[in-house]
Amino acid sequence: MAKRKYTKSQLREAGQGYLFMSPTILTLLVFLIGPIIFAVFLSFNRVQLLGDTSFTFAGFDNFSRMIEDDRAIIALKNTAVYVAVVVPVQTVLALVLAATLNAGMKGEKFFRIVYFLPTLTSSAVLVMIFMWMYRPDGFINTILGSVGLPTYNWINDPNIALISIMIMNIWATAPFFMVIYLAALQDIPESLYEAADLDGASGIQKFWYVTVPMLRPVTAFAVIMGIIGTFQLFDQSYMFSGGSGGPDNSTLTVVLLVYQYAFATYDQMGYAAALAVMLAIVILSATLIQRKLQKDEQVY
Amino acid sequence: MRQNNFGKMVLYAILTSYAIVTMIPFIWALSASFKPLGEILAGGLNFIPENFTFDNYTTIFTEQELFPRWLLNSVIVAVVGTALNLVFNSMAGYALARLSFPGKKALFITILAVLMIPAQVTMIPNFLILKELGWLNSYQGLIVPGMVNATFIFMMRQFFINFPREVEEAAAIDGLGRFGTFFRIVMPMAKPALAAQAIFVFMAFWNNFMAPLIIMTDASMYTLPVGLNAFQSDYATYWNYIMAASMVFTLPVLIIYMFFNRFFLKGLSFRGDK
Repeated sequence: MAKRKYTKSQLREAGQGYLFMSPTILTLLVFLIGPIIFAVFLSFNRVQLLGDTSFTFAGFDNFSRMIEDDRAIIALKNTAVYVAVVVPVQTVLALVLAATLNAGMKGEKFFRIVYFLPTLTSSAVLVMIFMWMYRPDGFINTILGSVGLPTYNWINDPNIALISIMIMNIWATAPFFMVIYLAALQDIPESLYEAADLDGASGIQKFWYVTVPMLRPVTAFAVIMGIIGTFQLFDQSYMFSGGSGGPDNSTLTVVLLVYQYAFATYDQMGYAAALAVMLAIVILSATLIQRKLQKDEQVY
Repeated sequence: MRQNNFGKMVLYAILTSYAIVTMIPFIWALSASFKPLGEILAGGLNFIPENFTFDNYTTIFTEQELFPRWLLNSVIVAVVGTALNLVFNSMAGYALARLSFPGKKALFITILAVLMIPAQVTMIPNFLILKELGWLNSYQGLIVPGMVNATFIFMMRQFFINFPREVEEAAAIDGLGRFGTFFRIVMPMAKPALAAQAIFVFMAFWNNFMAPLIIMTDASMYTLPVGLNAFQSDYATYWNYIMAASMVFTLPVLIIYMFFNRFFLKGLSFRGDK
């Protein structure tokens, strides 16, 4: 090895650098990078946890098993539907709310604080409140019934249960993205709107031709964060269904299935790890595709 | 101008109705937490309790032995976890911004890459690692794996890059070493960045459901989210207690938010600009 000359002060600074980094390096190695490699290893093994932990190499068995696993396919379908509905709805709602709030309204601060409440609140608390309001004779059905709208069995009807979770989560997350949009809106130069005014643009035209294009980078951020978040749906479906993913698998998500295989039975960890690795690949690809699309769009 | 007024009214109508939609679940839950069970089950839409009572709160604290314990567990994990994050993320961010050492670039890239890995991948291996360490069902099992956070290392690095060098040079002339400068001069000046970070990290620990669900197997070691869920399945019809517990759970975050509101939004807009 070629020896490089370091001055004493350079050596000292390097030592300090490593010292400052040491908690991070250690945690990253033991609880992040190590586990990622370990997860890939697990996904190719059959894992026996009872007694002494043992690993048996299983090739691609864990992956090929997914194709025949009805529950895996249902979980994937539920998750995909959930992502496809929640991400666009919450993003558009956030944009509309932010634009409304940014129109020079009084009480902006008040609305911001109110809108932010659900983001601060734990998913466990939100689920409890909504499960209670969703009861057959609960708050939501009482309101719906009193204005002559149909009522639903929000939690126990397999056709509705996932929609109940969607409604709750859109309600909870849209304001978070609204705040992000709001910050970006304030950076749009006033001169662009003045120019649009001279051209005789209406309020809606200004929104569509000035605001929306200027917010494209933030929209990309909101969509990517939305995709990452929604693909990982777990807390809500776990609590709504008491861990089962029911009724009739209607709230079963990929992460809930991973949890069930790995921790509810303790004997399918290899398969669970394979499902988790597949989910990570799906999330990363979705993120990359979204980024690519975004870049292409900017060319026009 | 007339037309403008009409437009404003429409905007206010949208904002106000959405504010109502946002607040109703909370107000409804808060009101239920002061109602006796009978009044809740009788139905109706009265937001002001007819028989106002604190019993639900006293009951969950006195007759539910585990509830105070869950609260304590949550406080320990969230406070210690946040404190460690503040120190370690700042140290790492500072080193990445200011110090030169071999492998710095590779480390920085690794930290950025790690930001993209979903937690589900590491969930099973981490469980096995914690099991080997004998850390299942322990505070350190929840705290140590989360004691640094790539997002906030990145954020602190950005902060320290823009930090005036002259301040540090002055401290060096006064005879402070690297560590003295960092802990006594640099950290106190980083308060706004630390405040934003503290809120996010605290909330992440406080609200985390999945990690304690997996790591804590003994009911006395549950944190509030897992406890609340267990509580709900045991006392499914006692909505008065569940709502009181939910309110106790939400209060600390609300207080912190009110205190740090300014920094909170700053932290958010920072993330948005990224």
